[in-house]
Amino acid sequence: MLELVPLEEPACLINPDGSPSTAIGLTMPDDGELVGLYRRLVAARRFDRQATTLTRQGRLAVYPSAGGQEACQVGAALALRPQDWMFPTYRDTVAIVTRGVPPVEVLSLLRGEWHCGYDPRHWRTAPQCTPLATQALHGVGLAAAARRSHDDTAVLVFLGDGATSEGDANIALNFAAVFEAPVVFFIQNNQYAISVPLSRQTKSPTLAHRAIGYGLPGYRVDGNDVVAVRAMVARLLDEARAGGGPAVIEAVTYRMEAHTNADDASRYRSPDEAESWVERDPLIRLETYLTDRGLLDQPRRDDIAAAAERFARSVREALSVDVVPDPASLFKYVYEQPTALLLSEAAWLTEEQELPS
Amino acid sequence: MTVTMGEALNRALHDAMATDERVVVFGEDVGRLGGVFRVTDGLTAEFGEERCFDTPLAESGIVGTAVGMAMYGLRPVVEMQFDAFAYPAFEQITSHVAKMRNRTRGLLTLPLVIRIPYGGGIGGVEHHSDSSEAYYTHTPGLTVLTPGTVADAYSMLREAIALEDPVIFLEPKRRYWSKADVELPTRTEPCRTAVIRRHGADATVVAYGSMVDTALEAAAAGTEEGYDLEVVDLRSLAPFDSETVAASVRRTGRAVVVHEASTFGGYGAEVAARLSEECFHYLEAPILRVGGLDVPYPPPMLEEYHLPNVDRILDAVSRLQWDEAPAAAPSGDGLVATRVGRTGP
Repeated sequence: MLELVPLEEPACLINPDGSPSTAIGLTMPDDGELVGLYRRLVAARRFDRQATTLTRQGRLAVYPSAGGQEACQVGAALALRPQDWMFPTYRDTVAIVTRGVPPVEVLSLLRGEWHCGYDPRHWRTAPQCTPLATQALHGVGLAAAARRSHDDTAVLVFLGDGATSEGDANIALNFAAVFEAPVVFFIQNNQYAISVPLSRQTKSPTLAHRAIGYGLPGYRVDGNDVVAVRAMVARLLDEARAGGGPAVIEAVTYRMEAHTNADDASRYRSPDEAESWVERDPLIRLETYLTDRGLLDQPRRDDIAAAAERFARSVREALSVDVVPDPASLFKYVYEQPTALLLSEAAWLTEEQELPS
Repeated sequence: MTVTMGEALNRALHDAMATDERVVVFGEDVGRLGGVFRVTDGLTAEFGEERCFDTPLAESGIVGTAVGMAMYGLRPVVEMQFDAFAYPAFEQITSHVAKMRNRTRGLLTLPLVIRIPYGGGIGGVEHHSDSSEAYYTHTPGLTVLTPGTVADAYSMLREAIALEDPVIFLEPKRRYWSKADVELPTRTEPCRTAVIRRHGADATVVAYGSMVDTALEAAAAGTEEGYDLEVVDLRSLAPFDSETVAASVRRTGRAVVVHEASTFGGYGAEVAARLSEECFHYLEAPILRVGGLDVPYPPPMLEEYHLPNVDRILDAVSRLQWDEAPAAAPSGDGLVATRVGRTGP
């Protein structure tokens, strides 16, 4: 069992100061890919800020920011192959957008228009899940079904540090292990479950250590190093796909913003703490590394920033269009065929709408 | 051929698996053991571990993984060992199983069946005898079925497995050993409809699951007391076949709803309310409920005081205001005044 004990030091390929590092089993990608990752990170951050602004403007009902966690979400989503599935939570909007789902579709839930705005089967991305850790089991079931069909599909389940305390997280780890399902559990440890710090969630030395009890390997990665995150998730997905079984990754990161726009983080943590994480910012370190290596000059940086700006504008414009969901759609997707009860309620609702106000 | 309800269910699973290779059966002890009630007996032997298998012991895990498998195109049929043991899966059932079609506007559907042996009357110790149907019927998106006969056990389970919507399939466990002469396979009425098991003119007894037989016994005994009772077997609790039931109540003018579950806030309250709304002008008396006591399910030595029985059903029938009915027939089709002025037994 000794081989299951995780290394406490999170794996890292680019240090917080932008200098290169090494990690067992992980290799630095080629230059083109590195610049591509930077481009994605810039777009992700810009998107996240745009979504926050849209919330202030009342265009979104709520937005749980991924600020500070962009490397986790971009790196993990880019590690997926087209045939793989991901099972995200409500904080993983950036990961879903990175997968390619149109932002206006992803934001349907947070806009309050409909619960899941995109086609999960087309994007191989489950609906954003709000009840914590419950979707982990869906990921395990889907992976087990894929394995049963001898399909080349692996599953990436997103969890947060708080969610690891839920029963379903633990059941999912256990079922995945027993079923030998091709699943990677990707825990973004952003240090807080709304206001409750990690120290109140677990006495495990690290969240990666939790894997040991299920007979699974656990790994820690610097969640602010997009290069390491992408490399580790890709490697473990490949291993799972090849029959190596499930694995657990703890990505160590920090939620720079409050839980949502409705939260006030100053009630439970000091500004100094957040300030200390600014030095480990995922974007700045990659920028420094690329600049030092001569892969990123000012014109290129400007280009990338301008592209992100155009992306944000397209999101803004798409979300500025008023939508009026049809009340009749309420009854349409409850059962395959609406029941007599639903038909009568639909008729009643229509009648009510037609009454002069 | 004489078969028990348990055997009919077993045969239904077998035939569904033989017909459709997407059907997989799993749960606790359903593999080599064949389930604690033997409903999955022989399935692993015939179809292999890939198709019928044991899981780790966690009901939430069983239902949650079934969701993922259904998303990938399988048609899982999972077993909860006992009614009260399904509660750990409650969140998966209410937050995901019931809502996935709605959440995704029909893009993801979950054709899965959750089989739950329910109800008391078998001398089970604590947590083995709950009637939990109202939790599920109160959750839009779920189809809740419960057979009351051996033939229905087969036919309704086959139909449930073929549905594109998720089904809570409640099996009245005290009737697992009930026998009937049935040639299997058999096809009974569509599973989402109610069926009149006995025609009668005086009052309608609405029952489901284990109480269908009890209601029929009460109807038989009622003839000696001068009552000609109609018995409706609901079969489907959600959706509720109000058309069949209301038509019966309009004919008889009186109704008693029977279930094992505690009466307060129970499924019978919904039935009584709906029938009152739909049949008000035909009713000779308020609709009465005969349910379990409003106590936590009792220990075996006391369960007889809790469970509805023939006497309690007939007592309720006798309280349907036979003496107080107005002399004038109510408006309507004129078929409802047959008992006006009748003196009770």
